[in-house]
Amino acid sequence: MPEGPGEGTAGSSAKRTTKKANSHDFVEGDCYAPAPENTDHVSLKRSYDLFIGGKWVRAPKKFETINPATEEVIAEVGEAGPKMVNRAVGAARDAYEKTWSKMPGRERGKYLYRLARLIQERSREFAVVETMDGGKPIRESRDIDLPLVAAHFFYYAGWADKLEYAFPGRKARPLGVAGQIIPWNFPLLMAAWKLAPALAAGNTVVLKPAETTPLTALLLAELIEEADFPPGVVNVITGAGRTGQNLVQHEGIDKVAFTGSTAVGKLIQKTLAGTGKRFTLELGGKAANIIFDDAPINQAVEGIVNGIFFNQGHVCCAGSRLFVQEGLVDTVVRKLKRRMESLVLGDPLDKNTDIGAINSPEQLTRIQGLVDSGREQGAKCWQSSQKIPGKGNWFKPTIFTDCAQSHRIVQEEVFGPVLAVQSFRTPEEALEKANNTPYGLSGGVWTDKGSKIFKITSQLRAGVLWANTFNKFDPSSPFGGYKESGMGREGGLHGLGAYVQLSGR
Amino acid sequence: MSRLTVNKTYKLYIGGKFPRTESGRYYELKGKKGNLLANVSHGSRKDFRNAVVAARKSFRGWWEANAYLRGQILYRIAEILEGRAEQFEDELRAQGSTPAAARKEVLKAIDLFVHYAGWSDKFQALFSSVNPVASPHFNFSVPEPTGVVAAVAPERSGLLGLSSVIAPIIVGGNSGVVLASQSRPLCSVTLAEVINSSDLPGGVVNILTGMRDELLPHLSSHMDVNALLLCSDDPAEQKLVQGEAVENVKRVRLHPDAPLDESPYHILDFQEIKTTWHPVGV
Repeated sequence: MPEGPGEGTAGSSAKRTTKKANSHDFVEGDCYAPAPENTDHVSLKRSYDLFIGGKWVRAPKKFETINPATEEVIAEVGEAGPKMVNRAVGAARDAYEKTWSKMPGRERGKYLYRLARLIQERSREFAVVETMDGGKPIRESRDIDLPLVAAHFFYYAGWADKLEYAFPGRKARPLGVAGQIIPWNFPLLMAAWKLAPALAAGNTVVLKPAETTPLTALLLAELIEEADFPPGVVNVITGAGRTGQNLVQHEGIDKVAFTGSTAVGKLIQKTLAGTGKRFTLELGGKAANIIFDDAPINQAVEGIVNGIFFNQGHVCCAGSRLFVQEGLVDTVVRKLKRRMESLVLGDPLDKNTDIGAINSPEQLTRIQGLVDSGREQGAKCWQSSQKIPGKGNWFKPTIFTDCAQSHRIVQEEVFGPVLAVQSFRTPEEALEKANNTPYGLSGGVWTDKGSKIFKITSQLRAGVLWANTFNKFDPSSPFGGYKESGMGREGGLHGLGAYVQLSGR
Repeated sequence: MSRLTVNKTYKLYIGGKFPRTESGRYYELKGKKGNLLANVSHGSRKDFRNAVVAARKSFRGWWEANAYLRGQILYRIAEILEGRAEQFEDELRAQGSTPAAARKEVLKAIDLFVHYAGWSDKFQALFSSVNPVASPHFNFSVPEPTGVVAAVAPERSGLLGLSSVIAPIIVGGNSGVVLASQSRPLCSVTLAEVINSSDLPGGVVNILTGMRDELLPHLSSHMDVNALLLCSDDPAEQKLVQGEAVENVKRVRLHPDAPLDESPYHILDFQEIKTTWHPVGV
């Protein structure tokens, strides 16, 4: 998944052109006239500082953030070194001790409500920036990411004064200072998932957005300033893996929340061993989407497409393994290919776009490498025929058939628009294959038979199951993995538990 | 002529059977006066691995057994414990407890199993939710057992500590491999005999005795163990276990070297929350 400690380097992408927008050469679709989202209302600064203790603090080093669809530089942001990390943790500690943990829950909640409202007001602008910085289609950032961001703050705002009802028989107290490391696939949404419950429960936060997608977190910091939060309650420090590593290792934090790759998650778990710091991890996945022969086929095909091509497949819960009941394979694959041909690939700011840009050249290389391995290991590769724009990072919707359990494309998380198709005869075989992975984040099942749904969803060893639907999210709905997909939940009452310590009444 | 006492051989409990340790090794447990109390099995890495295989094999059946049945089996453990209370008291006294303390510990252990028996079909209601999502879907979250849990029982409590570790793990549908107190191992074998006659399927609880520092790294690093409970006050042990647990993102729960109190939150410690979505419509 995304960058974290030990991965990536800031400032390595120098010498990019800074041409103004609208000069890129996106291929026009065959059936749709271009419908680009207006960017006039977006006012980005040329350069951003770090948000520490309620002030904008200049970092000695800066790095550029690039639009992955146009390769143009959007802005430069600060790279927080150990000193800045230390300062941010200090500011968060001060705020925790002096104001935030002492404030009545009701008042904390009101700050969060206020923030939720401000986000709703500036929602369109933030959606555009999210799309420019990360490459996801504007349709998704506008209709999914941003509404959910506001909803998350609104949901947890309401918990702030109700903690005594949340954990029967126990008293809930905040943990202290939380270090939160955010991935690049849903930059603002994952920040909201982590900030909202932490703040509602009375913790203060040092938040580090991903190296390639820092902008919306910085805009959020501006809103937090505008909402008049006490200084230091939320601190936003930008940087690469090293910055995250410094944050995780800092002695002044009480809790680490991380969303990212399983490999980096394990490094963090190792780093935290014996420190007494609490942590929650939201890691990789390799979800099985299981289609039975009594499924509503057309609805299922839409679900498969949404499951794997949503956000270019940069989704930890993506339905990247498709299991089709024997006899239905040819029909499903034929319909799937036809549907894939109709996906619009190109300018993420175009409202018709289904498949945006791959987040970074590094991620593109990773996807290409795994697809190559699929071909080499003998799976049959098919890609849709959309044209790829001349500039930027792109990858065509791809499916593999004739896959074996041992193939890397079946075992490893691709984190791109690549689907591996396998067949099965009996429900037992489907379950056996679906559960045969170290991951356990999500899964899907398609059938018209209710009792079969309950049988399959209860036996899939994964934290989120979608039956006759896929990739749905809601702030009231807990999300998180079994096995190597992480530990702890985000969202809902259970997500609140990740930010409190419980003691006897 | 006085009758010669028949001494008990203290063995391991794996997969519903009482094997000797495959290592062939033993350690001597001495009483206060230096008298030999027992040759205790010095369980090995291989014994532990065999126990994990047995635990994995029994997991699905135990999880899918209904909650009512799980409650009855835990209650059955309490019943049999009650009938053998004196034997446990004797063992606790031999390992250094006063008669009053031994009596108290046994009664507490019996009542603890009764307490958790009652939770078997109730903790789910406490930790589940129907989630009011803002789209036309029915959405609910329920706890499910984490899987195979390894546990290191408190060193300072021979029976209550061990019981307080086993009950919350198995009542939630997990299977477990428990390392008994190294210095107070006698009750563990006797408790295994109680468990074995309680209708608990073989392999759901496996009990090992042996050297803590030798077995700890293996318990922590085993790739088919989903969670681990360590009762310890030693920061070095805590760090070791948490560090070794990383390779399969094992859930590690730390507890002081003392019996766990009775709480549904100890059950929750070895549960995963599963959320299921389904569209609503006609």
